[in-house]
Amino acid sequence: MVSKYMKRFYALLIFIFLYAPIIILIIYSFNDSKLRGSWNGFTLKWYFELFKNKEALKALYYTIVIAISSSIISTILGTFAAIGIHGMGGFNKKLILNLNYLPVLNPDIVTAVALMALFRLAHINFGLFTLLLAHITFSVPYVILSILPKLKQMNVHLAEAAMDLGATPFYSLRKIIIPQIMPGIITGALLAFTLSIDDFVISFFTTGHGVSNLSIYIYSMARKGINPIINALSTLMFIFMVVLLLIINYRSGKAEKMIEERR
Amino acid sequence: MKKRIILLFVVSLVLTSILSGCGESKPSINVYNWGEYINTDVLDIFEEETGIRVVYDTFATNEDLYVKMKQGGSSYDVVFPSDYMIERMIREDLLLEMDLENIPMFEKIDDKFLDIDYDPNNIYSVPYMWGTVGIIYNTKMVDRELTAWADLWDEAFSKEIIMLNSQRDTLAVALKKLGYSMNTRNIKELEEARDELIAQKPLVLAYLGDEVKDVMIGGEAAIAVVWSGDAQAMIEENPDLKYVIPAEGTNLWVDAMVIPKNAENVEGAEKFINFMTRPDIAAMNADYIGYSSPIPEAIFLLPEEVQNSKVAYPSEEELGETEIFMDPKDIIGEYDRIWTEITSAQ
Repeated sequence: MVSKYMKRFYALLIFIFLYAPIIILIIYSFNDSKLRGSWNGFTLKWYFELFKNKEALKALYYTIVIAISSSIISTILGTFAAIGIHGMGGFNKKLILNLNYLPVLNPDIVTAVALMALFRLAHINFGLFTLLLAHITFSVPYVILSILPKLKQMNVHLAEAAMDLGATPFYSLRKIIIPQIMPGIITGALLAFTLSIDDFVISFFTTGHGVSNLSIYIYSMARKGINPIINALSTLMFIFMVVLLLIINYRSGKAEKMIEERR
Repeated sequence: MKKRIILLFVVSLVLTSILSGCGESKPSINVYNWGEYINTDVLDIFEEETGIRVVYDTFATNEDLYVKMKQGGSSYDVVFPSDYMIERMIREDLLLEMDLENIPMFEKIDDKFLDIDYDPNNIYSVPYMWGTVGIIYNTKMVDRELTAWADLWDEAFSKEIIMLNSQRDTLAVALKKLGYSMNTRNIKELEEARDELIAQKPLVLAYLGDEVKDVMIGGEAAIAVVWSGDAQAMIEENPDLKYVIPAEGTNLWVDAMVIPKNAENVEGAEKFINFMTRPDIAAMNADYIGYSSPIPEAIFLLPEEVQNSKVAYPSEEELGETEIFMDPKDIIGEYDRIWTEITSAQ
């Protein structure tokens, strides 16, 4: 009995640690003061100012464009790479797997400076394109790592059986392999998406004039103090994410029910 | 099917944004400024008046700006470094000489801010904003007038003092207290300053950056070393606070506009600098940012209480003897070493 309460208390503590900062941020997004220290009353003005602030909206736009496109591209690249690596054997597989681990273990700053040097060498103008390339680069290894375990769990003979029955290799890839590793692909895509939204260091070194994502934009406010419209923006993004999660859960719950009913 | 539509949508989104970057026929300039350091309405006014589009980005520290300028691959037309960074950029040949004939508004700037050591004769830079470093204190928690840096060593204020988490600014406090120049190149003087700061450590509550504003407004500490622009914002929130420029003299800093050597639209850059120096525009910016403008006609356009503010616009005698930071050049390593010794001391 006691241990049950202890468990609940422990879970509660963890959730407080995780969510207290976000809740405070949401509360302060309604604070009628530029400063975090004092509460001057309820206001919605930061939300109105946010939608009037072109710089903030532009930064949000670039963040989302980069996050969506880099996660889609890196998921496609990563899926095929994972299937390829899975099919390899022996020394080659080990080599490629370790090469894939390296960028994950590398400090961001090393990746950032290296990419910057590479783009300079190739005489590419810094901007949206270099930023996109950089984000794809650091996302692909994570996608591969999240798909590989699903491939290991998969029954190898299923694809072979499909081909026995006359499916072309591409058809069996599409109809047999991809559906089975779909959870891994989705995890990889979500991981790539959040990594891209989170990233500051690599973005800072690989972007050019006119293109700033949210993390660069917020960081640049460090000297003058963070503008409270950022609280409003973060609140909206948090709510968006919660709604998205609810929809995904609702839909997958419905899909499961349908499968059960069919049985 | 749905996925394909999303994919198509994203690809077209990316393509249009990449293409719109290159295919723009309208002339544009790339401006790189501190975050929250402009009233963005003026950018629209500039575009309306001149037809030049402003591509605007922001940075957080002089060092970030320096990295971006050195890195290349993406050129800026106007950037806003501070005094010591301008000196360094001039030395490294990163800046373009300006043609002041194209910047007629230059003459509106107060002589006080011209021809300073970091850029003699203003060949490369046009001042944008300025300010001082001083002491802010809570008159309800401190029962006497504070007037000097030496007051920060008064044991009556044990655990009530906040110092800046900034190498040059904090060393300058100790150097000035000892009566030395804040640009000293004498290692002995720097080490004396270090010993002073280590001796002061038991009295110090914390070394802080931007958070100092919240702490002082909330009354969690009695005394802090701050920049004048921040002091103004703090006093507006908590009228018990008072800002003083210490008697031993202090640091005067200037942020200025310069044109990098690899600028692509020099004509547009000069137009922009001239525009930013025009009194009505400078007033809009000073009003929004809360820092001090170097343009007397602009100050005249500000609200009465700001004009009379001793924080933003101190009189000549209140300002006293000021120094501008110079680049430490070769002894920058010594600065780093001494700062590490201070921050790691128990």
